[in-house]
Parts: sequence; C-alpha cells; structure tokens
Amino acid sequence: MAEKIKNSQVFLNPFSKDNPVIVQVLGICSVLAVTAKLAPAMVMGISVIAVLAFSNVIISLLRNTIPTNIRIIVQLVVVAGLVVIVSQLLKAYAYAVSVQLSVFIGLIITNCILMGRLEAFALGNKPWPAFLDGVGNGIGYAVILVIVAFFRELLGSGTLFGYQVVPDSFYEAGYVNNGMMILPPMALIVVACIIWAHRAINKDLQEN
Amino acid sequence: MENLNLFIRSIFIDNMIFAYFLGMCSYLAVSKNVKTALGLGVAVTFMLVITLPINYLLENYVLKAGALSWLGEEYAAVDLSFLSLIMFIAVIASMTQLVEMAVEKYAPALYSSLGIFLPLIAVNCAILGGSLFMQQREFASVWTSVCAGAGWGIGWLLAIVALAAIRERISTYSKVPRPLRGIGITFIITALMGIAFMSFLGIKI
Repeated sequence: MAEKIKNSQVFLNPFSKDNPVIVQVLGICSVLAVTAKLAPAMVMGISVIAVLAFSNVIISLLRNTIPTNIRIIVQLVVVAGLVVIVSQLLKAYAYAVSVQLSVFIGLIITNCILMGRLEAFALGNKPWPAFLDGVGNGIGYAVILVIVAFFRELLGSGTLFGYQVVPDSFYEAGYVNNGMMILPPMALIVVACIIWAHRAINKDLQEN
Repeated sequence: MENLNLFIRSIFIDNMIFAYFLGMCSYLAVSKNVKTALGLGVAVTFMLVITLPINYLLENYVLKAGALSWLGEEYAAVDLSFLSLIMFIAVIASMTQLVEMAVEKYAPALYSSLGIFLPLIAVNCAILGGSLFMQQREFASVWTSVCAGAGWGIGWLLAIVALAAIRERISTYSKVPRPLRGIGITFIITALMGIAFMSFLGIKI
C-alpha cells in the first residue's frame, strides 16, 4: 500500500491533511506541557524532528532483521538511545532550556508520534521515504507546537521569545494579561480551536 | 502515615492527567466507552505499581552516583545516571511483555478483556513519567514508590473513566458543532475537567 504513495506526498501530507497532532492525535502530552513559552516549544520541536527522522531511518534499515514479538523493545531502545544523545547535547549547549523542559525531553521516548510512525511507516518502508516521513511528521508536530506557544505566550505574558510585544500604552489603558493562558488546560482549548478551524476547512475530516 | 498522604496526594493533587498531562494519547484515544476505559485504567495502574518499585531499586542500587558501592570500594565513584532513561524504558517494555505473557497463560478471561491494551501501555507516558518523577523527587523507600505508583494509577483510572462517561452521554444528548465533533470537543471537556481539578492544588495534607 505504502509503495504507491509518492515521496513528495509522504513529506507534505503531515503538514495539514495528516497532521500528527490535530488529525492523528499523537504526542499531545508535550504539546500541553512545553508550550507556555515560544523558546522551549521551538527547542522541543527541533528535538522531536531530529529524533523522529533518525529513528525512522534506523528502524527502517533494521526492519528485516527485527523479530516481530520483541519489536517494541527494539524500537524503544533505539529511540531511547537517540533521546539520550539529544538530552546530553541540550545539557551541554542550552542548559537553561534543558532545565525548563525537565522530564519532557526524556518523555520524547514515549511520545506516541514516534511509536506511531515507527509502527505505521518505518517498519514497512525503505530508509529514504522513512526519513522524509520522519521529517514531515516532525515538522507537522513542531508547527502546531509553535502556533499554540505563540498564542499562549502572547496572550498570557504579553511577550514573544521573552521580549515584550504588547505596548505599555495598552497596559496603561487597562489591558491585563490573561493569566489563564499560562495554565496547561488552556493549551487544550487552543488546540481545540485549531482543530475546529482546520476541520471547518477540511470537511472530509469531520465526524458524525 | 506519610505514605498514605502521598497516596492520596498522587490521586488528586498530583493527578497524572490533570496536573501533569501525561498519558494523554491513550487517554484521548481509548475513552469512547466506559468499559474499555476501565480496562485500560486497571492495566495502567497495575504497570505503575510493578515498574515503579523495580525502577526505584535500579536507580538506588545500580544507576545513581555511588550506588554501586555495595559491590566494593572501587565501584563507589561510578555514576551511571545518564543510562537511566534507557534502563527505565527497557524495564517498562520488558515488564509489559512479561505481564502480557503471564496474563495470557494464567488468566485468559482477563487477557481477552485487557489484551489489546497491554502493548499500548509500554508507550504510555504516564508510566515512564512516574519513574522519572520518582528519580527527580528522590523517594525515601520502596514502599513510597509503591504508594505513589498506586496513587498515580488510580488517579489516571478515575480521570479516564470520568471522561469516557461524559463522552458516552455527549454523543446522545448534545448538539456539538460539526467540526468540533469527536476529538475537538474531547479536548475542551478535558480542559474544563483540568481547570476543575486545579481546585485541589491548594489543599495541603
């Protein structure tokens, strides 16, 4: 089945029609936890793109040698190895961000996007399409992460990347930051609004 | 007494779903009806209670800095903590597979109702998250980790059963805008439940 899909589609579908977060509903945990500010959201997005692309390639190279009944363990160990590399790199070069992300870098291992793509794609495809699929899904995930973080930081703290965006005259006129947006539940509502807008445009995704 | 406090705190105040938002994927995907939600909740609780003490022992007698000193003087300086992620996930994945085999052999009735969820649990972030929190907070004893595991598991179970019950009703009684149906409205329900659960945050026990 997968053979018929073109490489370009493998790469582009996850951006909108087959988006891992809002259509396949994978990897929600980290979307909620790391999106209060833009900077950690970007770092998280890039880390996931890297881990997803490389683990997809590795599993795809190994796909004919892995026995079926222990494949989950093999997949998890490959992913865990890559995540350890990412987390050590972050600790070395971006310590402040890695403290902010705390356990969530470790939780990339159990990010369902990874297992979902490994099971659904990498196990049955050649390395190059698997790489494209990994990068595409990673970007699809990162885009949602950045959109959610943009709204939460702008409305919640009045800043973007830590710089104040809302002018002082607004505050003098009585504008107040919405503290609710900092709380994790609001991330769910923002994602729900994105889903709403997305499905209003793509009518074939609506459920009855 | 302290462990009892921790147990209750893990259920309500430190609730895996509403306070940390861990294990959301299966929470959203498997909450269409109460019966399967209950099955998954029981399985998650079970795995948390088993894997947390095992990972606790691993952390304290193998991985932590100086943890290997029981092997002899020359091992006292060994620090394997960078391996903890791989070790934890390996324990969780292999326990999942072991439990699956054991349940299949000795309790076929339970297996047929839980069976499909067991493999899913290896990638449930609530389980790995539990172990990582255990490491971060430096629990005092094995019993502490058992109590925390049970509490987190039961909290997760309560949350998923509650959501499943609401979703069962909402499909028959309310008119949801078409694009929001299914996953969209589920996000909003979860957000509202999360805000409600925040009222537990101020309680000190």
